[in-house]
Amino acid sequence: MTGRPLLSVRELTKRFGNRVACCDVGFDLWPGEVLGIVGESGSGKTTLLNCLAGRMTPDAGSVIYDSNASGLVDVHRLSEARRRLLTRTEWGFVNQDAREGLRMGVSAGANIGERLMAIGERHYGEIRQTATDWLGRVEIELDRLDDRPTDFSGGMRQRLQIARNLVSNPWLVFMDEPTGGLDVSVQARILDLLRGLVENLHLSAVLVTHDLGVARLLTHRLMVMQGGRVVEDGLTDQVLDDPQHAYTQMLVASILPA
Amino acid sequence: MPDTAIQDGAYNYAYLDEQTKRMIRRAILKAVAVPGYQVPFGGREMPLPYGWGTGGIQVTAAIIGRDDTLKVIDQGADDTTNAVSIRRFFARVADVATTTRTGDATVIQTRHRVPETPLKEGQILVFQVPIPEPLRMLEPRETETRTLHALSEYGVMQVSLYESIARHGRIAKTYNYPVLVNGRYIMSPSPIPKFDNPKLDRSPALQLYGAGREKRIYAVPPYTPVKSLDFDDHPFEIETWSESCALCGSKESFLDEMIVDDTGKRLFLCSDTDWCQERQGEREGAPPEVPAK
Ligand SMILES: Nc1ncnc2c1ncn2[C@@H]1O[C@H](COP(=O)(O)OP(=O)(O)OP(=O)(O)O)[C@@H](O)[C@H]1O
Ligand SMILES: [Mg+2]
Ligand SMILES: [Zn+2]
Repeated sequence: MTGRPLLSVRELTKRFGNRVACCDVGFDLWPGEVLGIVGESGSGKTTLLNCLAGRMTPDAGSVIYDSNASGLVDVHRLSEARRRLLTRTEWGFVNQDAREGLRMGVSAGANIGERLMAIGERHYGEIRQTATDWLGRVEIELDRLDDRPTDFSGGMRQRLQIARNLVSNPWLVFMDEPTGGLDVSVQARILDLLRGLVENLHLSAVLVTHDLGVARLLTHRLMVMQGGRVVEDGLTDQVLDDPQHAYTQMLVASILPA
Repeated sequence: MPDTAIQDGAYNYAYLDEQTKRMIRRAILKAVAVPGYQVPFGGREMPLPYGWGTGGIQVTAAIIGRDDTLKVIDQGADDTTNAVSIRRFFARVADVATTTRTGDATVIQTRHRVPETPLKEGQILVFQVPIPEPLRMLEPRETETRTLHALSEYGVMQVSLYESIARHGRIAKTYNYPVLVNGRYIMSPSPIPKFDNPKLDRSPALQLYGAGREKRIYAVPPYTPVKSLDFDDHPFEIETWSESCALCGSKESFLDEMIVDDTGKRLFLCSDTDWCQERQGEREGAPPEVPAK
């Protein structure tokens, strides 16, 4: 890992009233790296992810992104217009609930094509072709192109949401429990898919999960959160095989079957 | 056009009080300065329910003066109940001359059509608008549509056109077809047929749009580019007819289809009654009818 980090996070804090949801979080994310955030429910994972992705304004701290188009930018000091442009061109965001990340009222093709149209693509045939290619890449039958996600299973919706985000060739993808709430067999297929895409597209990603198995499979590095603070971080295998912090030891012992 | 307050029986001149008119004029000026942008205004209750052109009437009331000649059309016709009653209303409260002839009018209030006769400099076309927000069906939240306009984030509008082609093989929208004004704001042209969209582009006339229920005014100043949205490989096209008007023989105007007997026999007639009558007059070599005030 050379050059400079894609994302530099420093002293990030977010409060809701007098409850601190995440506190003094800092890390660097390197190009091509997948960072996992694990921790129990309420530990601040989603809050942190939303602050990183510019969807929520932190009370303190900074998020610096190395933009392909405009160099180093302070995510929370960008104008809303530029931040929104950044999020739909260089970034992706995969919600746990696919319904929040999709337009349920329009076809799969329109869902995938939206980012292309938003950045000025005006050739229907080409948009359709790209959407078809992406359906294939996320393993949805091509003849579902004109069907609405309301007719899709949970796993298909999630795969469609992934395609909708990746179609603009983003550099960085934020994912909040992308396999949460899905059957184990459906989860496994999506995890395989994500692993392949991340490798082939050289994506960087920040992935929130409370499934240590998912973390093991997809992430290079892991941050363990408890009560809004990062209590341990390191290479995923090291953290899971040789946890240092008592809380991590408890997590690994209780959740990871030997 | 502006007029000082002169009491006219129970009414102020042009029905609205001067303060309301000034406020509407300010909104109009702002709308003209930012073509296609929806300007909120503090609308007033009018002697008509919403859905009967209250937005257009308020705009007309704010701009009309005694020297104006007013034409009012409803779906192209001057003689529908609604058009007649709005015309009479202004003849009474604003003491203006009225006409059915497009060429003679200085102010034309319309619902659902743009006249076929090309408009000229100095004319004002006032549209009655039911739903001013072109993104409303795609994005119900007002705060979000405002942001989308502010940031020119119009991907979602294109998504709706994509979806139409995916479903119907072509852009199926025939009325209220969205346009991009001056390369900046997406605007609803009100429910005119898309046939009329090209007439909005670089028109010498001033276009004012009034929405009564939502209290919005927007405008297209003379000679402003107005582009109908489309795809490179599905370009915008207007309706065409293989038939011609049964009364005047027109092939180039917007035709309404009528079933004329119980065998299902169909007839096509110009939707623009003034245009049709002028052409009938020309065909017969007779001078066109002189409309009554
Ligand atoms: N919008 C909000 N308003 C008030 N408190 C909030 C809000 N969002 C989160 N919180 C609180 O902040 C803390 C962290 O919540 P967060 O959703 O980030 O946790 P999480 O780690 O993502 O949990 P889960 O695993 O259940 O998704 C919790 O105590 C939560 O109740
Ligand atoms: Mg969460
Ligand atoms: Zn005719």
